[in-house]
Amino acid sequence: MLGRAANGVYWMTRYLERAENTGRLIDVGFHLALTRGSRERQDEEWRSVLITTGHEQGYLAAHPDISGAQVFNYLLRERENPGSVLSMLESARTNARVVRTSLTNEVWQAINETWMILRDMLSRPVREGNLGEVLSTIRQRASLVRGAMEGSMLRNEVFNFARIGTFIERADNTARILDVKYYVLLPSVAWVGSSLDNVQWDTLLRSVAGNRAFSWLNAGTMDPREIARFLILDGRFPRSLVFCFDKIRSNMAGLAKQYGGETQAHQQLRDAGSRLHDCTIEQIFESGLHEFLRDFIRRTHNIGEAISSDYRFIG
Amino acid sequence: MSSASGSRYDEMLDEDGTIRAAYADFRDWYDGQDISWLKRQDAEAERFFRRIGITFNVYGEDAGEERLIPFDMIPRIITAREWRKLTRGIEQRVRAINAFLQDLYHRQEIVKAGRLPVHFLRDNEAFLTQMIGFTPPGGVYTHIVGIDLVRTGPDEFMVLEDNARTPSGVSYMLENRETMMAMFPELFTKIPVRPVSDYPRRLRRSLQASAPACAGSRPSVAVLTPGIYNSAYFEHAYLADQMGAELVEGSDLRVSNGRVQMRTTEGFQPVDVIYRRVDDNYLDPLSFQPDSVLGVAGIMDVYRAGGVTIANAPGTGIADDKAIYSFMPDIVEFYTGEKPILQNVPTWRCSEPDSLKYVLDNLSELVVKEVHGSGGYGMLIGPTSSKKEIAAFAAKLRARPANYIAQPTLSLSTVPIFTKSGLAPRHVDLRPFVLVSPNGIDITPGGLTRVALKKGSLVVNSSQGGGTKDSWVLDE
Repeated sequence: MLGRAANGVYWMTRYLERAENTGRLIDVGFHLALTRGSRERQDEEWRSVLITTGHEQGYLAAHPDISGAQVFNYLLRERENPGSVLSMLESARTNARVVRTSLTNEVWQAINETWMILRDMLSRPVREGNLGEVLSTIRQRASLVRGAMEGSMLRNEVFNFARIGTFIERADNTARILDVKYYVLLPSVAWVGSSLDNVQWDTLLRSVAGNRAFSWLNAGTMDPREIARFLILDGRFPRSLVFCFDKIRSNMAGLAKQYGGETQAHQQLRDAGSRLHDCTIEQIFESGLHEFLRDFIRRTHNIGEAISSDYRFIG
Repeated sequence: MSSASGSRYDEMLDEDGTIRAAYADFRDWYDGQDISWLKRQDAEAERFFRRIGITFNVYGEDAGEERLIPFDMIPRIITAREWRKLTRGIEQRVRAINAFLQDLYHRQEIVKAGRLPVHFLRDNEAFLTQMIGFTPPGGVYTHIVGIDLVRTGPDEFMVLEDNARTPSGVSYMLENRETMMAMFPELFTKIPVRPVSDYPRRLRRSLQASAPACAGSRPSVAVLTPGIYNSAYFEHAYLADQMGAELVEGSDLRVSNGRVQMRTTEGFQPVDVIYRRVDDNYLDPLSFQPDSVLGVAGIMDVYRAGGVTIANAPGTGIADDKAIYSFMPDIVEFYTGEKPILQNVPTWRCSEPDSLKYVLDNLSELVVKEVHGSGGYGMLIGPTSSKKEIAAFAAKLRARPANYIAQPTLSLSTVPIFTKSGLAPRHVDLRPFVLVSPNGIDITPGGLTRVALKKGSLVVNSSQGGGTKDSWVLDE
């Protein structure tokens, strides 16, 4: 497989995953805006969406103030914003075109159609009235592409690079969402058990589509420590850090098997993985949740870089 | 109707309006269909093409702009008898082209025999001195050829142009058929149409058979593309995918250890055969255009040392040059010892004073083309041009006569297209695709029919608003 093609497949799935996650974050911001009364609080939530997606500065450079419709339009369709859903889907599709021969027809058509549908939907500013439809289309299309990959691709190196891209991105996204909101999970004398806490926790779980699953597992009770354990260490939840790392590991093992050997990236992955697996949620809180997450994000980034150089993504 | 030479030939209807035998079964079927259903299918076809991404980029427009070549769903039908004659003519012509190239880059017997003035080579950018004295692996110069044919009567097929560099359009031939089979499967159970779908396999076999001696028993093949902004990128990706070959860009390749190697996730691996869709000029910055980033530095040295096959060979453009075209009847005769089976369109070389005078005097009836142009750009179609346009063109012609050739305005045959108000005749041409390998010449039954969608128009180029049709060759 060409190094350039591996690079294309890897970034194609990263962009798709990030576009989907951006859609989820907008959904949460919108949901809160509907449920929280004061304008200041609404703006605060939208600001936190901007911070989580890493777009606060870019947004404020283009717009003087924060308002819901302006924020979600910026995140959905602003062409100048390379991190808007539209820009990212375009990047995903451009990468797909570049690696067209590594993809099955079904995967290519799913991605091409996704881009065509959302390009049309996002050709005009999105109003609150049709935001729900846009966000649900993003989720549905993401599922369709995933399904096409799952159902039609050979389980070879191409698939491995695609999956590694997905899970590196997802691990990074979950960690960032947690990091922006980590303080709501810390023990606090003043707010424990208040309804505001419950809303904050619920929001956090919603951002990673984990609210229902968490309720199932915990019989409806909310507990910040359990939430953190769930999002970081629960290997059953497909957006937890441990789950993402397990997937990265199995796909990296696939590469090692096909290529008959491991690389630097495998070693880095092992180090980071054992750090994650060997710790308990108590230890994480003791040594600092924020520090733990920063370290995790940095390590994940480095693993991505190592993969890119070990497998000659760029000449 | 812009016709200089009498009445046009319609491939479906004869002079009395009776349906010709080739179209009889099709018309039976067509007349039994509900028109509103056909209209729906017509609209569906466009969505289908968009979804699978069969698009081309138009130069000069936004980099991201992708257009569809319009597809017309009425097939162009060729009988078995017509096709037999065509294939004999095409084979003869392609054999002659390869012999001509071999001769030009070696002894130049044709020049010595006084059949081709030497200045046609000397002043021609398409003639590559880097190829002199070198024979490509297997002696094949043009692995892939597209011969553009026009028809003016029942038995009159003429060659309008030979495409011996990197002919494009074969992906449309394949996808048009796929689309027709998906939209109207029952047609193919009623009418015996010869299949085209094994073209990619044949292409791969043909390329592998042309591999250099250093290749192993399963030679590796790669398609070299300029990248996603090239107008034919879809086709490059499509062919690589269908052949199971790597799709590479210049930046994926480098020369080391006397081979061309591609950068894979496991390190560098040699490529045996490169089906390049990059022009000669950009192929090797060391040998040709120094600032090219589309090619591979040093590939020409590897090529000349027998370390790689380049398809088509560099320097084949000299054979499809429009000035050389006018010599093709002589060329065919010189190398095959036979009379040409397919005729040329009469051509005036404006470099010759007598011809120039004739052309200037008769501009309003002629088609004038740039010698090195393609894609329908920079040409004059006399009968459909205004006096002002003709005067402006005459000035250009006088300034650089050697840059132009002229031909009579041909009355191209017509084939019906599907319009809102039913079937309507439009002018067409045909580009059959030919594969050449040391094992022989292989012609896919059919090809790409291009159709001028505007009533009366003779320009079929997709860059000028032309469309395409599925082309059927009927089985015996």
